[in-house]
Formats: sequence, structure tokens, C-alpha cells
Amino acid sequence: MLNMLALLQEGAASAASGYALLGAGIGIGLAILGAGLGLGRIGGSIADGIARQPEAAKEIAQGPFIIAILLEGATIIALVFALLFKLL
Amino acid sequence: MTETQGTDINIGEIVLHHTSDAYAIDFEPFGTISWHKWPDVHLGSLTLNLTPTKHVVFMILAAVLVLLVMWITKRGLIKQRAHQQAPTGFAGFMEQMVLWVRDDIAIANIGENGKKFAPFIVALFFFVLFMNLLGLLPWGATATGNLAVTGALALMVFVVVEIGGFLKLGPKGYLGTIFPHFEGVGGVGGAVLTVAMAPIEILSKLVKPFALAVRLFGNMTAGHFVVLSLAGIILFFGNWLIGIPTAVVIALIYLLETLVAGLQAYVFALLASTFIGLMQTEHH
Repeated sequence: MLNMLALLQEGAASAASGYALLGAGIGIGLAILGAGLGLGRIGGSIADGIARQPEAAKEIAQGPFIIAILLEGATIIALVFALLFKLL
Repeated sequence: MTETQGTDINIGEIVLHHTSDAYAIDFEPFGTISWHKWPDVHLGSLTLNLTPTKHVVFMILAAVLVLLVMWITKRGLIKQRAHQQAPTGFAGFMEQMVLWVRDDIAIANIGENGKKFAPFIVALFFFVLFMNLLGLLPWGATATGNLAVTGALALMVFVVVEIGGFLKLGPKGYLGTIFPHFEGVGGVGGAVLTVAMAPIEILSKLVKPFALAVRLFGNMTAGHFVVLSLAGIILFFGNWLIGIPTAVVIALIYLLETLVAGLQAYVFALLASTFIGLMQTEHH
């Protein structure tokens, strides 16, 4: 068990300094947190809208789709920059 | 815990080796095709390295496959129309997909000029889709998992958006997209506001294609990172108890990857047409 921990640490230290990895990890976590909250709110608003007017279900779902994509794009950009911190 | 086998497995190296570009194509147990760097091409003071890499080979393969599929569709449709038949079979399926991209992505978002930009959007969609899907085949490499490839595609979208806007709006109208004119704010205040908004407008013109490039790159690469890391875990622990559930997880994530491949091609085409459409209707 202990030698497995030592192996993981040796793999980690060879990439970048420990603080860079910590920063990357915290960054990834925060980015996912933001994405989860945002997309959850979008989903909730879509559900509320459809509940109020079931006939317009298709139109209601189409608008937020693009916003969800843009939000996901922002999350991926944050993740790519976190990867950059690990590699540099 | 028994001693772990394969402690010389470096998961990071496995992940990076399979997702990055190289002058080699791996067919893992069967060998590797590799080639040397070609001599640099000098154009004046510019030095170019024009060696084809693994991602270049797969880009060419995707382009050839798109050409082939569309050619077969064309032949099939010509034959079916000559016999006054409704489109069926493979040609019918591909015609439906192309019409879906043209109608629901290009024309719906660009407006009345949609038909002029439709060939570009259709080509973009199918090229990106085929590149994404080729990366999921055995021994395949994802060409869109390379920031240079997605950057080049985003650069093309940028050029089309800006030049399309310039041709549609004229020089004065195009400057109006950089120096926005605000109704109802008169005189000096309006002028100051317009000049202050100019850097923001220019920044927004540049950020949108940048986000397109990084979005496609990140989505494709992240999926492959997950699959390769899980495969590395199987190799690292080297026993069946951990290997079999992990293999099931890999299979499920692979299905998600296929969905993401199609979705990201759709998103790229959709956002490209949205940007073109925004530019075309910019006059207030």
C-alpha cells in the first residue's frame, strides 16, 4: 500500500511542482462546479417553462440549448488551461 | 495487498503518447509506421516544417472519406431521380442529413443568405464529424484533438464571418460593427461611448473563433484522456478484479464519446452559422 502511494507521488512530482498540480486540481474542481450550477439552472428554467405552457415545449427547449453549449465551452476552456498548468 | 504488477507503467506517458501528434502511426501489437522529418522549406526568412504527421494523415483520410461518401450519394441520387424514384437507401439517408444541415443549421441561423453559405457549413460539419469519428476507431487518431487543426478551422470561420460581413454591409456598415452606434445617446457622450466600446467589439470578434477552437479541441481531447487513463489503470493494476469493471466503464464512456463526437460537430457548425448570421443582419 505504501509503495503504491510512493509511486503515485513520484509520478506527480515529475510533471511540475506540487503547487502547480494543486492549482490545476482546484481549478478543475471549480470549473466543474460552475458548469454544474449553470447547467442545472438552465435545466430547471426549461422545466419550469414547459410546465407553464406544455404546447411550446419545443420552442422553449431550443433557446437555452445554445446557452448550454456556450457554458460548456467556457468550462472546457477552463479545463484546457488547467491542463496547461500541469504540463508547463 | 499483493505487489502490483506493471509498476513500470507510466499512465501519463500512455495518455500523452496516444493523444499527441507524432511522425508515426501506431498499429500497436503489429508494428509502427514511422517516417523522418522532411527538410525545412525556406521562404525568405520563414522556415516551414511541412512534414506530414499522424494528425495530417487522418485529416487527409477524413477529407477523402467525405468526398467518397458524397460522391456515392450523388451517383445514387442521379440514378434514382432518373427513374423518378423517391430517394431511398444510403443515398436517401445522406441526402436527408445534408438537407438537415442546410435547413436547420445554415438557413435557420443565417437567414436569407443561408443558401450561399450552406456549402461551407455542410462541408465544415461533415469534415469535423468524420475527423471526430475516425478517432474512435481502433488505432485511429483524432485530428481535432490537435489545437492547430481546430485553430485552423476556427480561423477559416473567422475569415468567412468577417469577409462575409464586409461584403454584405459595405465598408461603412462593417466599421459600424467595430464602432457601434447607439441610438438615443447623442453628441459627445455617444462618440465617447462608441470609441470606448471599440476594443470590446474587436475583442469579441477575436474571442468567438478562439472559443470555437478550444471548445472542439477540449471536448475531443478530454474524452480520450479519460478512456486512456482508465486503460492505463487496467494495465497498472494488472489483475482481473479491477480490470473487468474498469473495462465496462471504458465501454460506457466510449458510447458517450460517440455522442460527444456528433454533438461537437453539430455545435461547431451551429455556432459558425450563428456568427455568420449575426454579422449579416448587423445593420440596425
